Amino acid sequence: MATIAAPSRLARWWDGDIAWSFRHSPVAVVSAIVLALCLGAALFAPWVAPHNPFDLATLNLSDALTPPHGMEGAKPEYLLGTDDQGRDVLSAIMFGTRISLLVGALAVALSVAMGVSLGLASGYSGGRVDAFIMRAADVQLSFPAILIALLIDGVARAVLPRSAHSDLALFVLVLSIGVSNWPQYARTVRGSTLVEKNKEYVQAARVIGVRPAAIVFRHLLPNVLGPVLVLATINIATAIVLEATLSFLGVGVPPTRPSLGTLIRVGNDFLFSGEWWITIFPGAALVILVLAINLLGDWLRDALNPKLK
Amino acid sequence: MKTPAAGALPGAPLVELVDVARHFDVSPPWLNRMLEGKPRALLKAVDGVSLSIARGETLGLVGESGCGKSTVARLIVGLYRPTRGEIRYGGRRIDLDGARRPVRREMQMIFQDPYASLNPRWHVSDIVAEPLLAAPGEERLSGPAIAARVAELLEQVGLVRADGAKFPHQFSGGQRQRISIARALAGSPKFLVCDEPTSALDVSVQAQVLNLMRRLQRELGLTLLFISHNLAVVHHVADRVGVMYLGRIVEVAGTKALFADPQHPYTRMLLEAVPDLALTGKPRTAVAGEVPNPLEPPKGCAFHPRCPYANERCRVEVPLLKPVRRAGADAGEAACHAVEEGRLARSPTVRV
Amino acid sequence: MVDALLAVTDLRVEFPTRHGTLVAVDGVSLSIARGEVLGVVGESGAGKSLTGAAVIGLIDPPGRIGAGEVWLAGRRIDNLPAEGLRRIRGREIGAVFQDPLTSLDPLYTIGRQLTETMTTHLKLSSSTARQRALDLLGEVGIPAPKRRFDHYPHQFSGGMRQRVVIALALAANPKLIIADEPTTALDVSIQAQIIALMKRLCREHGTAVMLITHDMGVIAETADRVAVMYAGRIVEIGPVADVIHDPRHPYTQGLMGSIPSIVADRDELAQIEGAMPRLTAIPAGCAFHPRCPHAFDRCRRERPELMPAGATRAACWLVAA
Repeated sequence: MATIAAPSRLARWWDGDIAWSFRHSPVAVVSAIVLALCLGAALFAPWVAPHNPFDLATLNLSDALTPPHGMEGAKPEYLLGTDDQGRDVLSAIMFGTRISLLVGALAVALSVAMGVSLGLASGYSGGRVDAFIMRAADVQLSFPAILIALLIDGVARAVLPRSAHSDLALFVLVLSIGVSNWPQYARTVRGSTLVEKNKEYVQAARVIGVRPAAIVFRHLLPNVLGPVLVLATINIATAIVLEATLSFLGVGVPPTRPSLGTLIRVGNDFLFSGEWWITIFPGAALVILVLAINLLGDWLRDALNPKLK
Repeated sequence: MKTPAAGALPGAPLVELVDVARHFDVSPPWLNRMLEGKPRALLKAVDGVSLSIARGETLGLVGESGCGKSTVARLIVGLYRPTRGEIRYGGRRIDLDGARRPVRREMQMIFQDPYASLNPRWHVSDIVAEPLLAAPGEERLSGPAIAARVAELLEQVGLVRADGAKFPHQFSGGQRQRISIARALAGSPKFLVCDEPTSALDVSVQAQVLNLMRRLQRELGLTLLFISHNLAVVHHVADRVGVMYLGRIVEVAGTKALFADPQHPYTRMLLEAVPDLALTGKPRTAVAGEVPNPLEPPKGCAFHPRCPYANERCRVEVPLLKPVRRAGADAGEAACHAVEEGRLARSPTVRV
Repeated sequence: MVDALLAVTDLRVEFPTRHGTLVAVDGVSLSIARGEVLGVVGESGAGKSLTGAAVIGLIDPPGRIGAGEVWLAGRRIDNLPAEGLRRIRGREIGAVFQDPLTSLDPLYTIGRQLTETMTTHLKLSSSTARQRALDLLGEVGIPAPKRRFDHYPHQFSGGMRQRVVIALALAANPKLIIADEPTTALDVSIQAQIIALMKRLCREHGTAVMLITHDMGVIAETADRVAVMYAGRIVEIGPVADVIHDPRHPYTQGLMGSIPSIVADRDELAQIEGAMPRLTAIPAGCAFHPRCPHAFDRCRRERPELMPAGATRAACWLVAA
């Protein structure tokens, strides 16, 4: 009898527990599809969007405040209507999502880098280093994240020259959101580090004579990243909301590169004069994006939890 | 006293412990001590242990939980620093800062838990190669040489080359212990510390691993420190056996001598307690009491509350290891006043 | 089988998974007479703990009893509703598990846990129950029972806790005790004490015991008969002395040969090649045949039932010849 070829790696992964759990969870599949659409729209916005809302040359003021498709006075090329400057709301949403996702992902990356490093250092060193880092985390956790973000933003504005504000605004935003979120990663990683540190494979490495830095990065790090992945996924959603809040308050991205939050703020002024689409559609886009990420994160957390199987 | 140069004297023991102790401060936090008036608590896990292991020999170390045998293992390989005493390897002290570096490669350890002793995220080949990769620059082998050595080691422990590409969770407990053994042997060590290497394995798997270890020891001329709570296993593998109780060695002798004619009352009690698989139906004296709290060990001889031979001297004076008169080679030593004074009855557990 | 206290027939415990149904206990039949101690021995994965759990009705879903019957004192108990099982547990069947830390509720004093069992199952008044509890504590060897009656589990050492667990198991005067690795977590000297205690008490109270363990030494000390399990089946069953000294099944022979002894001097321990098969890959025919030095054609095709073999019964085609 001919031997059956061993299944390829991709086939085995598809058959594996996580992929199976994904395929059988309608919530996860729908969220993933929605998220993929958002990501696609955001990534390919310059080519896919019907208009470029930031190119002043293409704006037509006479098209301002056009209602969305289906309402009286709508124009076919502006599917979701336009704002008071004649910018297409749909295109603005696509470009805005871009900024939102960019800031969200970078901020989370910064949080993770800071939190994981500090958590590892704290857990492995113990003693005074551990106490200091954890107290710092405790202090920071007693403030709401948005206050921390505002604080960092305010300090940056005071320190940087006015001309540089606009250029560095994105960078400062990422910094403030990122720094406001590191404690939760540090705590989780510290807990996992304390557990793994006492396991015998770490002791074996010490007996072999591996240096502490190598032990931390090659042995401990891969084993403490599990919970971090789930946290990060959900954190992207909160980072995007935080950024939207900051932009809504006017201290986020500069108005030349509006994110979803900026769009919501700008449209807010027109909400009660009847041009509801300028704020509602960006708001809905934000909700859909954040919801998709949250649901996917929930699924991931349950799928990775061996005890629930 | 001048210590001899490393490996100079052929008759010198390979590993030596001289009055080694290890204390752990387990006091409640300062605030609790102030407010509740609690005293400092010092756990004397190892309290003055001296032993020596000759080249090529297997020394077994037995005792129940809390006796300190695992701590002794960790002191020898450097996971703990001794609170006092000296640890010598090849005649040189290795318990001082930096003194361990030159001989680190010669000493390796095998752990009890096959599931926690291998990094679950590493490939087996990386796990086995770790000692080779940790070697200092000028001694490090090339990539292909390391791969060849890993393959050789896997085959030596009864696995196949292809197993190197797998992860630990794809193996059974017994196979994982083999991987641990392969890792320990990678750097061609001379001395292996085995901390309960088969305690977590099923009986038939244990037999496989013990047979493997004996074969490897013979082939590679290794010296072994074998720690276990299982007396039968130690009887099978060790040349000499040391019995520990509450941080001290109470008796040490050649295996045959110890099992045939145990002197220390605790050793006798331990041997009585081993279930009688041969079903000889021999009457056994009841064993009494439990191991006391190591934070508050009894004064004098730690075993005296449970000992049928205890007298006033035992309650006050800590007995020291003294040579014993007994039949057979390597009669050994025992730390017992009753033995020294000749008060001991002939052991009922003397087995032929 | 007449007048057997416990009779298990063709028990099958299975776990439905998305890969198919895994059978962890496959057609196990055994019986325990009143006052008898039956040892169930096997290595990890053999299904011995699940057999005990099935008898007492403690299989966690998704596991379930797929087939077979369990009869206790002439009444069928495996198909009882949850309420009926609850009444049987404690009153007719007691349990002693491996870890005394998790068997006792850390929030209640041991006296309270003892008396609660008695008032629930025996319908005693609280003063009678208290007196009985004190007597039991004394019987299991707890010093100063009156004082320790009001202590919490964490105030006892491991060995003492296990004694309390035994007292708890005996509290309602059950006919049968299921003991699953009762001494594995204890030191050797304490093990000996607990084994002696269980033997004495069960003899005095006339309680039968199903002693589940991987430790053959404990079985040798305690059991009257022993069943050897492998891959969810019983491969040999018979009086303890015969199974230990004259085993007929190749697995039992290999097992006995691989146990180190403190008396005999053996150069090499007998070794059974390979490992116990995983639940997903149990061989056809005799489950042991891939590892058996004497396997022949019939072993690969047909699964052997227990057959008389000297003083024991063994599930092996070699015996049938």
